[in-house]
Amino acid sequence: MFKEITCSINGKECTKVIDVRASLTDMLRNQYHLTSVKKGCEVGECGACTVLIDGEAYNSCIYLAVWAEGKSIWTLEGLMSPDGELSDIQQAFIDEAAIQCGFCTPGFVMTTVEILNQKKLYTRDELRKLLSGHLCRCTGYQNVLNAVEKVMKDRLNQ
Amino acid sequence: MYDIGNLYEATSIKNAIDLLCEHPKAHIIAGGSDVLVQMREGKLAGVDLVSIYKLDEMRGITITDDKSIRIGSLTSFSHITHNKIIEENLYVLGEAVDQVGGPQVRNIGTIGGNTCNGVTSADSASTLFALDAMIEITGKNGVRTIPISEFYISAGKVALEVGDVQTAIIIPHKSYDGYSGYYLKYAMRNAMDISTLGCSVNVKLSADKTIIEDARIAFGVAGPIPLRAKTAEKRVKSAPINEQTFDTFAESILEDINPRDSWRATKAFRCHIGKSIAKRALEKAIQRAGVETHV
Ligand code: FES
Ligand code: FES
Repeated sequence: MFKEITCSINGKECTKVIDVRASLTDMLRNQYHLTSVKKGCEVGECGACTVLIDGEAYNSCIYLAVWAEGKSIWTLEGLMSPDGELSDIQQAFIDEAAIQCGFCTPGFVMTTVEILNQKKLYTRDELRKLLSGHLCRCTGYQNVLNAVEKVMKDRLNQ
Repeated sequence: MYDIGNLYEATSIKNAIDLLCEHPKAHIIAGGSDVLVQMREGKLAGVDLVSIYKLDEMRGITITDDKSIRIGSLTSFSHITHNKIIEENLYVLGEAVDQVGGPQVRNIGTIGGNTCNGVTSADSASTLFALDAMIEITGKNGVRTIPISEFYISAGKVALEVGDVQTAIIIPHKSYDGYSGYYLKYAMRNAMDISTLGCSVNVKLSADKTIIEDARIAFGVAGPIPLRAKTAEKRVKSAPINEQTFDTFAESILEDINPRDSWRATKAFRCHIGKSIAKRALEKAIQRAGVETHV
């Protein structure tokens, strides 16, 4: 069964015909070539496929593509500025060496967007909890926390 | 790609009921964090699904005319935790559902799905038992409301007939007015884990805050379905707030709970932590009511 789905992806209105059995990860990768959306576990455990839907972070692997109808979706690709500059979050991940193989990074970055949009000063323990839906097999998490904490403080001028 | 037989997307609650009656073998999918995973594992491979996820009429939290709190079944865990009505009146429920899975799971997971699975480990369930929650079910013959203790029948089985949709969870005014609560989840990891044992306590103290006027205590994973610790509740009712009461309470728990050996933990271990988390949850609930205890 196929269905036409219209949604906004990284700020642009788009329509494509999709298989109703597709996950949102399938649609974003195969139909829109947004390959920052990674397939890790595909059962909602690792966070590698995280995207923002109407401002909230979701594991796109356990989200049916048909549910995207009328939604606003952001992936990592949407964070790049028109002249190709990286966002402050991405830059902080680089500066703090929060990336090794990079497979988990797009997911971590998208959750960080959701967290920092709250414009709150979180403690390190709160950040740990807010980032706990992501697995990283390389960094040991400390540098990821350092990066997120750094952008949070920078943005709040602390 | 998911191994879905046919996908029927409901456009209203009435339409969902019609679809479920037309396709009696179909499963309901709400947020999907259980259904889709089971489909991936092959357990639900090839089944037909009726999706109710897009029915916004089943989302949101309101205070009804009789001051009960009505939570639409599709309200996500994170929306419950961050809701003003919940923060002010039912803090313990927001606290309990904030311990489900991880942040992204709490954005997709719904309280209705959590209870309709009928599993004993659901983080919302023990608290809803401790709150004497009512379950609103809409079916082809209209709406009916039953106590949560009648909703859970046996492990994995709830009181939904073909064509029934759980549309809301209602917390009656008398269940939360003047009570304070605490939920304690014991799990092996701090996130993305299923509880080894969960305990939720609600207490109401006397006006001078020296006596426990009423207490409701419920456990998850202490039996095949969530359960109330009725013996322990009786022992602490009208008891003074002191160490002896807490100890009697902790010991009584063993007369109520009946956990099993599983790969997650042994029965002996669950009984052991049952006593300590019950005691701690009771003391914490009493502290929340404004009394200093030593915990
Ligand atoms: S791929 Fe989606 S959570 Fe792992
Ligand atoms: S950098 Fe390799 S998994 Fe996180």
